[in-house]
Amino acid sequence: MSAALLGRVPGPVMVAAGCGGTGRELLPYAGPAGLDGLDLVTRSITLDARSGGPGPRVVEVPGGLVNAVGLPNPGLEHFLATELPWLVRAGARVFVSVAGATMGEYADLARRLSRAPGVAGLEVNVGAPDEAGAGLFEVREPYHAASVIAAVRREFPADRPVLAKLRPDVSRIVEGARACHEAGATAVVVGNAVPAAFRDGRPGGLSGPAIASVALRCVVEVHRALPDVPTIGCGGVHDVASARAFLDAGARGVQVGTALLHDPTTVTRLRAALLPVDPPTPEETP
Amino acid sequence: MPEERGTPAGPVHVEGEVVATKRVGAYRHLTLSAPGIPERFRAGGFVAVTVAGHVARRALWIHRVRASSAFGPTLDVVVEVRGSGTAWLAAQPVGTRIAVTGPLGRPFALPKDAVSCLLVGEGYAAAPLFPLAERLRERGCAVSLVVSAPDEAHLLSALEARRSARSVTVLTADGSVGQRGGVADHVDDLVRRSDADVVYAAGPAAVLRSAAGAAERAGAWSQVAVECPTPCGTGLCHGCPLPVVGEDGVDRVVRACTEGPVVRGDRVRWDALIPPRDPA
Ligand SMILES: Cc1cc2nc3c(=O)[nH]c(=O)nc-3n(C[C@H](O)[C@H](O)[C@H](O)COP(=O)(O)OP(=O)(O)OC[C@H]3O[C@@H](n4cnc5c(N)ncnc54)[C@H](O)[C@@H]3O)c2cc1C
Repeated sequence: MSAALLGRVPGPVMVAAGCGGTGRELLPYAGPAGLDGLDLVTRSITLDARSGGPGPRVVEVPGGLVNAVGLPNPGLEHFLATELPWLVRAGARVFVSVAGATMGEYADLARRLSRAPGVAGLEVNVGAPDEAGAGLFEVREPYHAASVIAAVRREFPADRPVLAKLRPDVSRIVEGARACHEAGATAVVVGNAVPAAFRDGRPGGLSGPAIASVALRCVVEVHRALPDVPTIGCGGVHDVASARAFLDAGARGVQVGTALLHDPTTVTRLRAALLPVDPPTPEETP
Repeated sequence: MPEERGTPAGPVHVEGEVVATKRVGAYRHLTLSAPGIPERFRAGGFVAVTVAGHVARRALWIHRVRASSAFGPTLDVVVEVRGSGTAWLAAQPVGTRIAVTGPLGRPFALPKDAVSCLLVGEGYAAAPLFPLAERLRERGCAVSLVVSAPDEAHLLSALEARRSARSVTVLTADGSVGQRGGVADHVDDLVRRSDADVVYAAGPAAVLRSAAGAAERAGAWSQVAVECPTPCGTGLCHGCPLPVVGEDGVDRVVRACTEGPVVRGDRVRWDALIPPRDPA
């Protein structure tokens, strides 16, 4: 599929899914421009409301956090009626993260979001660290991920981006990225939290600086094998140097997640440092 | 609560600095310079602070604010050493820079009328009740304050509160000062004697539960300041679930840091918050 047909790759700095609250909570830390122009991935939205898992949902480990939050969200209906219009009004470029238990749920979500005003694109959560525990469609093989992407693509306009968020598993990432891109993903987000466990053995996902080098390795491998597949690095980005490492490895952008929990101004600072300042382009005047 | 006109709203994220540190009993009182936070503060608000080498942040009640001082605007927190983060905080000398975000969360709601209020605080968590007592007194409320702790070392000094409170009751579990016993043993009696219309409580969940229960039995309102482990404190991570019953009577889970930490006592689903195995 031609890249032009798949929509623009967002970035270079995005808010990662699940680390921006409802979006409103970022506003106090966003500086004078507010959320205007901010590429924001929402927390994962499911068809029905979810209250999330029991506590403790997030615990600290050296260099990061282990979480099993359980995708708390108000469900698609309520999201469309309240949170989305607020974000659109605030000027954010909203990428809705979608999560479903079946292929049909993903298709449903994509169809209804394709009609909602202001949705810039979708991110498909096809690499959650504990899908079984979260009650999500299980992605064990790359073709599972690809079939979800294809189902979403069928329902979502071709000129708007669909991002595939994959598990940063170096042994499968290249295959996964290839399959998702062929299925219509505009870019591949590499990656999600790394499967991990709490002290009592409960499954969770590890995020934060501890996984930066793991995600970076995955970006390197994808870029080497599939230089034409756009990637967005996600994992442990917290400052300009950690973001640049991903960009230098070939990523088109980065997502900032756990760092926002540590310092809610992180995205604002990274955008200021990494967003290209509009160069004077007289030949391109509209 | 309606926003007071001219008061800047919303939290700020600032680079603060330890400008004073003092051991008081079992606690460490820190004064942090924190421009922007004092003028936004309302009693019951808290700050999230960064601890060196840790990703998650640590939540601390704001005990007092000064709009201006030799160090600019400052706030006081009371730290009890529990684990690595609080140990680090308690050990910091004057001059340490600490990123501070606040004021966070929903503060105590103040009554419109000059009613009778009972304030119940256990351990360091009594900290936000002192500025609350001042606000209530300014509104003409009759304030009765109860400070409780396992022993004298863990009792926040109620000396200065005597200015804002009509009566101050001290409880210690070991009877080392004040009356012997805990909040659960005395709270029904205290609610009755103070003829409270509103009960405000801050402390461990078990203390909040008994205060909320006593309020309900006496037909009073209650406002409780709940402490749930808060990884970020800012509402971004959804990691601090607080089980409540919504206005519509439907069970919900809200973020303790954002929809709380102060909520109506009769709205908390205590059985879900305090697991049965928890002896507290
Ligand atoms: C709204 C609020 C206000 C608070 N105010 C104060 C205060 O004024 N003074 C004070 O001493 N303590 C206060 N606490 C509790 C304090 O935040 C915890 O004791 C502290 O986070 C424990 O950190 P630690 O690194 O010492 O312990 P560790 O056990 O090393 O902490 C590990 C992790 O658990 C979390 N955690 C553990 N227990 C708690 C808890 N009870 N509440 C929140 N997070 C916890 C920590 O944030 C950290 O992520 C408050 C908590 C909340 C939620």
